[in-house]
Amino acid sequence: MTNGEIRTSDGELLSVKLKKVESRKRTGALVLVLPLLLFIIITYIFPIIQMLQRSVDNTQMNDLLNNTYQVIQNWDGTDFPPEEVVKTFYNDLKYLSENKLHGKIAVRLNYEKGGFSSLIKKTVRKLDSFDIDGNYLQQFKDVHKRWADQEYWLALKRATVPYHGRKYLASFDFKQDFDGSIVRIEEKKRINVTLWLRTIYVALGVTLCCLILAYPIAHLLSVLPTRYSNLLMICVLLPFWTSLLVRTSSWMVLLQTQGVLNDFLVFLGIVADENRLELMYNMTGTFIAMTQILLPFMVLPLYSVMKTISPSLMRAATSMGATPFHAFRKIYFPLTYAGISAGSILVFVLAIGYYITPALVGGAKGTLISNRIAYHMQSTLDWSYATAMATILLVGVLVVYYVYNRVVGIDNMRLG
Amino acid sequence: MNEKKSDFVKFEQVDKSYDGKELVVKGLDLDISEGEFLTLLGPSGSGKTTTLMMLAGFETPTNGEIYFDGRPINNIPPHKRGIGMVFQNYALFPHLSVFENLAFPLKVRKIDKAEIEERINRTLKMVSLTGFENRMPAQLSGGQQQRVAVARALVFDPKLVLMDEPLGALDKNLRESMQYELKHIHESLGVTVVYVTHDQGEALTMSNRIAVFNDGKVQQLSGPNELYETPVNSFVASFIGENNTFTGTVTEIASGSAKIQTDSGDTIFANPIAVNSSGDKSRISLRPERVSIDPNEHLENQFTSVIREIIYHGDHTRVRVNLLGNDEFILKVPNASSDLDFNVGDKLDLGWSSHDCRALDY
Repeated sequence: MTNGEIRTSDGELLSVKLKKVESRKRTGALVLVLPLLLFIIITYIFPIIQMLQRSVDNTQMNDLLNNTYQVIQNWDGTDFPPEEVVKTFYNDLKYLSENKLHGKIAVRLNYEKGGFSSLIKKTVRKLDSFDIDGNYLQQFKDVHKRWADQEYWLALKRATVPYHGRKYLASFDFKQDFDGSIVRIEEKKRINVTLWLRTIYVALGVTLCCLILAYPIAHLLSVLPTRYSNLLMICVLLPFWTSLLVRTSSWMVLLQTQGVLNDFLVFLGIVADENRLELMYNMTGTFIAMTQILLPFMVLPLYSVMKTISPSLMRAATSMGATPFHAFRKIYFPLTYAGISAGSILVFVLAIGYYITPALVGGAKGTLISNRIAYHMQSTLDWSYATAMATILLVGVLVVYYVYNRVVGIDNMRLG
Repeated sequence: MNEKKSDFVKFEQVDKSYDGKELVVKGLDLDISEGEFLTLLGPSGSGKTTTLMMLAGFETPTNGEIYFDGRPINNIPPHKRGIGMVFQNYALFPHLSVFENLAFPLKVRKIDKAEIEERINRTLKMVSLTGFENRMPAQLSGGQQQRVAVARALVFDPKLVLMDEPLGALDKNLRESMQYELKHIHESLGVTVVYVTHDQGEALTMSNRIAVFNDGKVQQLSGPNELYETPVNSFVASFIGENNTFTGTVTEIASGSAKIQTDSGDTIFANPIAVNSSGDKSRISLRPERVSIDPNEHLENQFTSVIREIIYHGDHTRVRVNLLGNDEFILKVPNASSDLDFNVGDKLDLGWSSHDCRALDY
C-alpha cells in the first residue's frame, strides 16, 4: 500500500491477479461459444466474403486469358493493340480451343459486346491456318472483318481487368460506354431500377400493413388474461409452425380468379361472375401474402413492449382528465415506439429480400429484386451479376440497421 | 366558503361483482365528508381497492349509486370526474420528465403556460422537489417518485384525491416519514383524501376516520383511537393492534358488566359490547397493555399465569404466558423498569378491569 499498489492477501498485484482470475472465466466462455462461432464463420461470414469478391471479381476470365490479361493492360487503347499483345492473344486462344474452353470466353465477351460470340467461334475454327511468323493483327482482320473494328479490341481489354464494378452499374441500369463514361442503358432494357423501386415500395407497404394489423392484436395480447392471450398467441404464431411454401400455396388457392375468395365474393353478390377480381400474379397478391406471412414479426416486438406498459399509466392519464384518445396519443403510443421501430425494421428487412412468395403469387408485375437475383443465379448463370445485386441489398439492409441503431438503439429490440 | 358537506362523497347500497357469482363489495353505505382523510383499511381481497376504483371510475358498481359533491357519478367517465389519484406503483409516465408529468393534467385543461409553470413550481415546493423538474422518473429514488406522483395528483387542484396503497413499495423508514408528510400536505391543503392501505399503523397515523373492510363490508367506521380502544367486533379487534382472546359463554349479564364462563371453566367479568343475553357465545378481547402484572389494587379479574417464552424487543419485552388455557396470551412489559427478572416457568399474577375486557361476537 506504500506506493499506491494494492496487493491481494497472497502478495500478488491486484490488477494482475484480477486479470488472471477473470481470464480463466473468459476462456471458459469462449470455449462454449466456439462451435457456434465456427459455424457462423463457415456458413455465414465466409460465403458473404465470397459473394462480395465474386461481384467484382474477374479472375475466371483472367485465368482463361492469363497471358493476354498480363500484357493487354499495357496497351493505351488508341489505334490497335501492338503486335506482341495480339500474338499473346492468339496463343491463349489456341490453348483454349485445344482444351475446348473457348466457349466460356465467348459468352463472357458477348456480354461486353454483341457479336463477340460468333466472332470467337469463327476465329477458333481458323486458328490452325494462321501463319505463325506472319502479322497476327492482319491475319485476325482477315479471319473476320469485326477484328478490324477497334471496339472489339477495346471490349477485350475491358473484359480482362482484374476487378470491375460493371455489375454494380448494371444493377442500376447503367453501363460503361466504350470511352469509359457511365451512361444509362437503352430505355427498353431498363428493368432493375423499376424492380428496386418496387421492392422498396412493397417492403414499405407491407411494413405499414403489418403495423396497422399488428398494433391492435399486440395490444389485445398484452391486456387479455393469460389463458386467452395464450390462445391468441398460438394463433399469431401458427404461421411459424407451417411451411412457408404451404402457406404461400394456400394463398394461391384462396386468391386465384376461380379461388375461394372470389367464389365467396361472387356468392355474396359483391362481384359479378364475369369480372372476378385479379388478386394474384400482381402486386395485390404479393402484398396480401407477404403481410400475412410477416405479421408475427411485427406482433412479437410490439407485444413484448406493450406487456411492460403498466395499465395504471392509462388510468393515471384519464384520472388527470385526459380523454382515452388523448391518453393513448400522449402516453401509450409514445411508449410503444421501441416496439414499432423494432417490428418495422424486422419486417422491412425481411420483406426487402423476400423471394418465394413474390415468385409464386407475384407474377410478372409482382416480382421483386430477389427474384431477379435468383433468375441470374439459376437461369443466366451470371453469378457476378447476382452477387452484385445481393451485395447492394445487403449494404442497403446494413444502412437501415445503422440508422435504426443511431436513432433507436439496437438494445431496444426485444422479441418477447 | 360555505360549510363542509358531510356527504361530499356518498356510497348508497353499492354492490360490486366481477364474475357474477361472488360479491366483492356488499351493500356499501359510506359517507365521506369534505376535507377529511378517510382510510379504507382491510386485508387483501376485502373490497377496499374495488371501492376506490369505483369512486375513480375505473370500475362500475353492479348495483347502487355513488354521489360526488351531490351528483350521481355512475355514468361519468373517469376523465370527467376531476378526481386526483395516486397509484400503488406511482404510474409516472416514464417518457416524460417530472415537469412534463406534472404539466400533463394542466395541459389537458388548457391552462396557459405561465400558470402551468407557476403551479408546478408551487406544487414541487410543497413536496420538497424543487430543482427536479428536468429529471426523468427513472432517475429518481422510490421516495422521490412517490412525491412526484402525489404532486401530480394535486397539481390540478382536485377536490378529492384517491390514494391506492401509495407507500407500499417504500422501505420502512421512508414510509414513516412519508406518512407524516402526506398528513401535513392534507392538513395544509384541506383536500379530501380517500386512502387505501392494508397497513394498520399507516391508517392509525394518518387518518381522521378509518373504515375497516372485511369480506366486502365495512366492519367499523370511526376515528383511529376509537377503533383501537373500542372495536365493535372481533374482526376489528384482531385486525387492529395486538389482541388476546378468550372464548366463552355469557352466564350473567347486567348493564356494563357480563359474567362469562370461559371454555377453560374460569369466570371472567367483561364489558358486554356484542352480547345481549346469557347463553350467548362470545369472544373476549383484551389488549396486552391493559393487563397489570402483580396488581396492587383490586381488579375484577385476577389470575395466575405461567411464563412460556420471553422475547426481548428493545423498548419492551414480550412475555408469552399460559393463562386460563390460552397458551398464546401476550404481555407487553416496558423496559423502563429494571426489575424484570422473570424466567420461563415462573408464575406471574395478572389482573385487569372488566371495562378493558370486551365481550364481542363469537
